[in-house]
Amino acid sequence: MAVQNEKQTKRLAVRLATAALVMFGFGFALVPLYDVFCDITGLNGKNFNQGPAQIVAVDDSRTVKVQFITVNPADMPWSFEPTERSIRVFLGEDRQTAFYAKNPTANWMVAQAVPSVTPSEAAPYLHKVNCFCFERQPLEAGADTEMPLLFVVDPELPEYISTITLSYALYDLTGEQKVTQVKPSKDKGRVSL
Amino acid sequence: MTKAITLAISLIAIPASADWQINMNEGVTALSREIFDLHMLIFWICVVIGVAVFGVMFYSIFKFRKSKGAVSEHWHENTTVEVVWTVIPSIILIAMAIPATATLMDMYDTSEADVEIQVTGYQWKWRYQYLDEDIDFFSNLATSREEITNEAAKNPNYLLEVDNPLVIPVNKKVRFLITSNDVIHSWWVPNFAVKKDAIPGFVNESWVKVEEPGVYRGQCTELCGKEHGFMPVVVEVKAEADYEQWVADQKAMKLAMAGEASKEFSMDELIAQGEGVYNMSCAGCHQPNGQGIPGAFPAITGSTIATGEMDKHIDIIVNGKSGTAMQAFKEQLSAVDIAAVVTYQRNAFGNSMGDFIQPSAIQK
Amino acid sequence: MATVDVDLPHVKDEDPHHHGPAKGLGRWLYTTNHKDIGSMYLIFSLCMFMIGGTMALIIRAELFQPGLQLVEPNFFNQMTTMHGLIMVFGAVMPAFVGLANWMIPMQVGAPDMALPRMNNWSFWILPFAFLILLSSLFMPGGAPNFGWTFYAPLSTTYAPESVTFFIFGVHIMGASSIMGAINIIATILNMRAPGMTLLKMPLFVWTWLITAFLLIAVMPVLAGVVTMMLMDIHFGTSFFNAAGGGDPVLFQHVFWFFGHPEVYIMILPAFGIISEIIPTFARKRLFGYASMVYAVASIALLSFVVWAHHMFTVGMPLVGEVFFMFATMLIAVPTGVKVFNWVATMFRGSLSFETPMLFALAFVVLFTIGGFSGLMLAIAPADFQYHDTYFVVAHFHYVLVPGAIFSIMAATYYWLPKWTGHQLNETMGKLHFWLSFVGVNITFFPMHFVGLAGMPRRIPDYALQFADFNSMASVGAFIFGFSQLVFIYNVIQNVRVGEKATA
Repeated sequence: MAVQNEKQTKRLAVRLATAALVMFGFGFALVPLYDVFCDITGLNGKNFNQGPAQIVAVDDSRTVKVQFITVNPADMPWSFEPTERSIRVFLGEDRQTAFYAKNPTANWMVAQAVPSVTPSEAAPYLHKVNCFCFERQPLEAGADTEMPLLFVVDPELPEYISTITLSYALYDLTGEQKVTQVKPSKDKGRVSL
Repeated sequence: MTKAITLAISLIAIPASADWQINMNEGVTALSREIFDLHMLIFWICVVIGVAVFGVMFYSIFKFRKSKGAVSEHWHENTTVEVVWTVIPSIILIAMAIPATATLMDMYDTSEADVEIQVTGYQWKWRYQYLDEDIDFFSNLATSREEITNEAAKNPNYLLEVDNPLVIPVNKKVRFLITSNDVIHSWWVPNFAVKKDAIPGFVNESWVKVEEPGVYRGQCTELCGKEHGFMPVVVEVKAEADYEQWVADQKAMKLAMAGEASKEFSMDELIAQGEGVYNMSCAGCHQPNGQGIPGAFPAITGSTIATGEMDKHIDIIVNGKSGTAMQAFKEQLSAVDIAAVVTYQRNAFGNSMGDFIQPSAIQK
Repeated sequence: MATVDVDLPHVKDEDPHHHGPAKGLGRWLYTTNHKDIGSMYLIFSLCMFMIGGTMALIIRAELFQPGLQLVEPNFFNQMTTMHGLIMVFGAVMPAFVGLANWMIPMQVGAPDMALPRMNNWSFWILPFAFLILLSSLFMPGGAPNFGWTFYAPLSTTYAPESVTFFIFGVHIMGASSIMGAINIIATILNMRAPGMTLLKMPLFVWTWLITAFLLIAVMPVLAGVVTMMLMDIHFGTSFFNAAGGGDPVLFQHVFWFFGHPEVYIMILPAFGIISEIIPTFARKRLFGYASMVYAVASIALLSFVVWAHHMFTVGMPLVGEVFFMFATMLIAVPTGVKVFNWVATMFRGSLSFETPMLFALAFVVLFTIGGFSGLMLAIAPADFQYHDTYFVVAHFHYVLVPGAIFSIMAATYYWLPKWTGHQLNETMGKLHFWLSFVGVNITFFPMHFVGLAGMPRRIPDYALQFADFNSMASVGAFIFGFSQLVFIYNVIQNVRVGEKATA
């Protein structure tokens, strides 16, 4: 009886410890799961479509205001702003706009723009055909540039959304770039949003 | 002695402000009133349930005492009763959930707004950018250090006052685009029932349509570091015409500021202005005495930067220092302010570089 | 109550002072006796309760009046952070594990815990975890200052250097809790006396069984989230850093996936204790035993799908808000069932009011008040006004102090005589109860008011209109804090000498 009990106990303990290990893994699995979840629900306002758009029909009966804002995080010295604060677009219409950036420092720098959309319900309908945020943007000391953004708003956009705000936060990745030199950002799924 | 005076002042100051507010403010928007009503509805439901449950409990405590000779009965199960007190609370909950969901849907209204303002949280101040007006300013705590350290009597708006309040028009839908520059903050004005987290790399939105002109005060509500308790939100709601006037004034002021930057200043003028700038923007970390906090924030006194090359000193203030709490101040301070604070730091706290710089030489 | 194995004056026999120092220390270091380990857990928890309590008093002293009087804002933040961490992981959780060590083998009729050597280890790593955590107070840059919820990026990019020690400490605490939980589950499932089916187990055992499963499910997630922080800080990953494509809100989701079940880890064993004490002093069987078990199980299950109610203001889409609001409100149903059952147990019983019963009754009333404010917080639109204000502070202190802590005190007054064989001093017990009861209410009730009036939490200084209630809360906190000395004196007296137990 006692011996069998001990065996049973050992087996149970091993199983429970395994369960704990699995849950530790699950903690990490929450990261990609969260991305999938956000993709489906738009929880974090980052589930844009990317790449060439499938939309052909332009709905010229309805327009939506698309607004651009920029944020420079605490330690980012670049000037960074949209060339147009807001534009009115027809649904399904290809539109190009640009963002102005200048590196005022005396050093070569590289930056990554991180997009976010509000209302988050609008994110899946904002289709970015081409965006400067797909790649890291290097700038020589004192140089400036206009970075293009080509987008379409899906005609399926729900009626109640009248304004879409697209925000870019521009982060300084110069330090990281030096360490992981030629790592294309596409590899890190979470970077290439 | 100063301690005694301090204590005396704080003791006198407090009874004057006796305020026993026990409930939420109703607020000044249709939405805030709706939320207030919801809050009161749930509160009263809880009170009724509480009175019933505690009533039975205290009845039992007084009636069925062993000391009064109560003898316990033997029942310990009754499926009907148990089902009843599972089902009834469920129904009450559904009754609560319906108005709550309706209010929630009102909050998520996404119709087009009249004024749009980007609100950005910084450690530890707010920045307001009017998207259609080219108005852009920072809003810092205006309460003096002396009041906080009890060396001066506290004014009625202690900790709830700023140098530049946000100004919005009355009866217009104002949409806020809330984001952050460093850590997570949260922008809250209780009278508007607007509270939204400001998250770095993300943008959140919220909106308000205020019905009465006035000054409304709130605070940052997400722990954002050392001065979290010292970054209030003040919103001035103005009548339409007054608001237009304010917008025009802001634009005129901006032009005037640009002219100021090309003026020549004397060293004493710069030091005098620099002290004010330092206390507003630098003293939070580097401390009012310039000694910093060892291990967290470096001292200004004898610092290799404040006593080194002028260009490097300006660069670190203008562009910040990557990977540290030192922010880039070029957006926050005018050329005059930067020249002033650089000159001040080089010639105060025991530093005596004796040099100074003109605003016109500041490259932003 | 199954009074199976009342091993009487064993503390007296093995008092280390009666042996040589080396032998005395070894006895505690190498012990595999569940009672020894239970005692060590409880003593450790009491020490942490006093340390965490001292920090609370520093906080309340600073908040006694507006203006900064005693401490720097940065040190204030370290105090709020450490107070939270120590009370949650150092005081409440080890106390429940200590009670489980003492009572579960006795209540299921087992000679000891299933894995006695692991039991020893899971206790002995705990003091080191807290030594590491407390030592960070003396490091340059100070202790963790980002709140016990340690939201990124304040706890990563902007954290003091000591954050690495904090992470290491959390890992050790987590390992200790997981080992404790494995041991408890193994004991309950494998070592019950013949004839004790699951639905015959005392409720304390039941609640602990469910709590242990919760621990195994969520402590590893906490370990995962701090590991991700560690990697973000030291190895250049970007889990929570927006710059690298990470997401600070993800941190909150993962943290609260752990955090909400954690809340129930701290209250379910309390439900068990109260469900043992009330029937004893009402001299009537517990009403609705089966529904009590099902209620605990459903609270535990629901706790996995409500985490985002801590995040109503982070900017979730409408659907998310509605879902988490509904799920959270649902928890009120099983919780309500428990309260109704306790009241029904008292109804037509034969009540007497010894100290454990007083604590249990205060638990029912004050925990229910905490439950009501919890229900109010669940209402998402209203939560936009309550979130991160003192209303929240009032809410969770109502469920944790007169909830979890009172249940631990009730358990001590109820079970300690069985352990030591000495009756506790009833007069002193009642004095302790009334001082604590009054102190707790003076401290935490006014916090509801200042919260509703608009005072944010975690601020070292506040606007003048909050002054009166804050002074009141501070006075209450000192009453509550110092009245615990009565408790400590009573317990020490009891362990050393005391009347013979009559029960």
